[in-house]
Amino acid sequence: MKFKFWGVRGSIPTPGPQTVKYGGNTTCIEIRTDRNELIILDAGTGIHTLAQTLLKDMPITAHIFITHTHWDHIQGLPFFIPIFFKNNRITIYGGLDPVTGENINRALSAQLQYSYFPIHEAQLKARIDYMTIRPGETVSTGSARITPIILNHPVLNFGYRVDCDGSSLFFTGDFESPANIYQSEDDDYESYRFFLGEKHQEIIKAMNGVDALIVDSSYTDEEYAIRVGWGHGTYRSGIKLADEAKAKRLFLTHHEPTRTDADLDLIYQGLLEQHPQFADKLFIAREGLEVCL
Amino acid sequence: MHAFYGVGSASLSPSIGLIFFKPQNTNRHFGVFFIYSAFLFWFLCYAHSIFPLPPMRMSPLDHAELVALVERMPAFPKSVQRVVQLTSNIDVSAKEIVQVIECDPVLTVKILKVINSAFYGLSQKINSVQRAVVHIGLNTVKNLAMSVAAMGMLNTSNKANFSANAFLLHALTTAAISRKLAERAGLSQQECSDCFVAGLIHDFGKVVFAEFMPEQFKLALTKSREDNVSLHLTELEFIGMNHVEAGTLLAEKWGLSELLIDAIRHHHGQPVDAFGECLFAANQISKQLHFGNGGNPVVEPFPEAIVNRFGMPLEALIESLGNLGTVVKDAELFISH
Repeated sequence: MKFKFWGVRGSIPTPGPQTVKYGGNTTCIEIRTDRNELIILDAGTGIHTLAQTLLKDMPITAHIFITHTHWDHIQGLPFFIPIFFKNNRITIYGGLDPVTGENINRALSAQLQYSYFPIHEAQLKARIDYMTIRPGETVSTGSARITPIILNHPVLNFGYRVDCDGSSLFFTGDFESPANIYQSEDDDYESYRFFLGEKHQEIIKAMNGVDALIVDSSYTDEEYAIRVGWGHGTYRSGIKLADEAKAKRLFLTHHEPTRTDADLDLIYQGLLEQHPQFADKLFIAREGLEVCL
Repeated sequence: MHAFYGVGSASLSPSIGLIFFKPQNTNRHFGVFFIYSAFLFWFLCYAHSIFPLPPMRMSPLDHAELVALVERMPAFPKSVQRVVQLTSNIDVSAKEIVQVIECDPVLTVKILKVINSAFYGLSQKINSVQRAVVHIGLNTVKNLAMSVAAMGMLNTSNKANFSANAFLLHALTTAAISRKLAERAGLSQQECSDCFVAGLIHDFGKVVFAEFMPEQFKLALTKSREDNVSLHLTELEFIGMNHVEAGTLLAEKWGLSELLIDAIRHHHGQPVDAFGECLFAANQISKQLHFGNGGNPVVEPFPEAIVNRFGMPLEALIESLGNLGTVVKDAELFISH
């Protein structure tokens, strides 16, 4: 199995001279199994560039797993060019939104409305299927097994573990490790702490021993202090997860939109100095980075 | 329900049969026919005052319809106001939102219904709003509460003359006393919290009746009060289903835990475990001390198992719990806040 980053930016695409090295497209990761089966994690704007590489191989079969329906993770779906060509088979997977009760098909259909896009859903030529998936239930796509788990974000968000060809990766989507909502003097503090601990163990178990852990690490500690509850992790929380889950390699992604290439280089240097034990297994995700597992 | 309709049909069918009576010889039988018709007219207009019949419902209570109606059921007024007020502030304190949900039977069951559905991957059913927040995220729970708040609010006084605030006070005090009794019975910390939830939602069926079948529920309330008969019995007579059955049916439909379903199912019968016994006892204590009003004036004696569980009957147990004034005060504070 191998994977490649096509979009590593959080929130909004950030093209420009300051983001040439790491890239400005929003989240998209391509996974290829040893049998060349195509799995895509998230459909941010990076999926458009990925699509260009697929045209020569059409008809294609693609399995797109959406972590959550925030804009930066679905915005590229209408620009995934294979949807406009006959004989392509595309399956889009995602959870049932607990608030709206809507399935994942809404992620595409909501964007293909007259006011927002010139082509209607009924005019798409590829065969598109939608699969509502449930946390803890493994889905098989060819030789790969994909297992979702709910990770905390301001909307239903799935982290995905992908096991294939004897290797594994885990992608968090957007994830903030939740804090105790009670103060230590409150009656409910201890029970809430217990619930948090229980959930944390579930998460570590899902990530356990993966060859590649790809983590939302949007913020520095200073930035996070005034962004608690926004639903994103920090460099520190990413490293902690990798440490606890005994991940073999850690990839930090979902770069904050104002973060320049120079900023990321500086942060990377700092992290390597602070965490020498991660010297050969810590990476900053960048567009075009391909990793064989 | 079925017994009631059986009685109604049997009483009316001979009269209805008369309507289709057609004499063969009109001249000869005109007098008889006239007498029959006059009797029928009298029977239909006045007989009910001499031979009172239970009021006729238009159609039997349909379970699927009940479930569908409850989907659109709003929450209690103060909770709705608090949810709207709190969620308009982007920096709202999470624990305040959770507290509002935890003190409202409608909001609580709607959150538990979602979190316990098969779509969210819990290996075990949960009864805790706090655990729902940890599992599915605060913002999702907050938005679920907002979507319930957007449905409007229960009327404080409805056609059934059933006070939402008095009911909520009964529910909240039963919840708090259930938790106290669970602690005393040595149940686990989690079961103690779950006992609060059981107390909060045990009478959920009554809110449904008050909202969707107010006229029939009013008759049940009146008869219960005037004849000092348990409300769950008069509900059967006038609605064809009682709040125990309605609450159990809904709890099952929503996929709540067996612990809660059993506690609701047996809260007027013989509880099957210590958890249910705590709820049963707390319900009687709340009624005995007139904390709020759930519409049922009858305080049921403890079954032997409950006397054995706590080592004493109702009055002694109340005595041993000491001053429950703070329980009422906390609940009133929430309702009037």
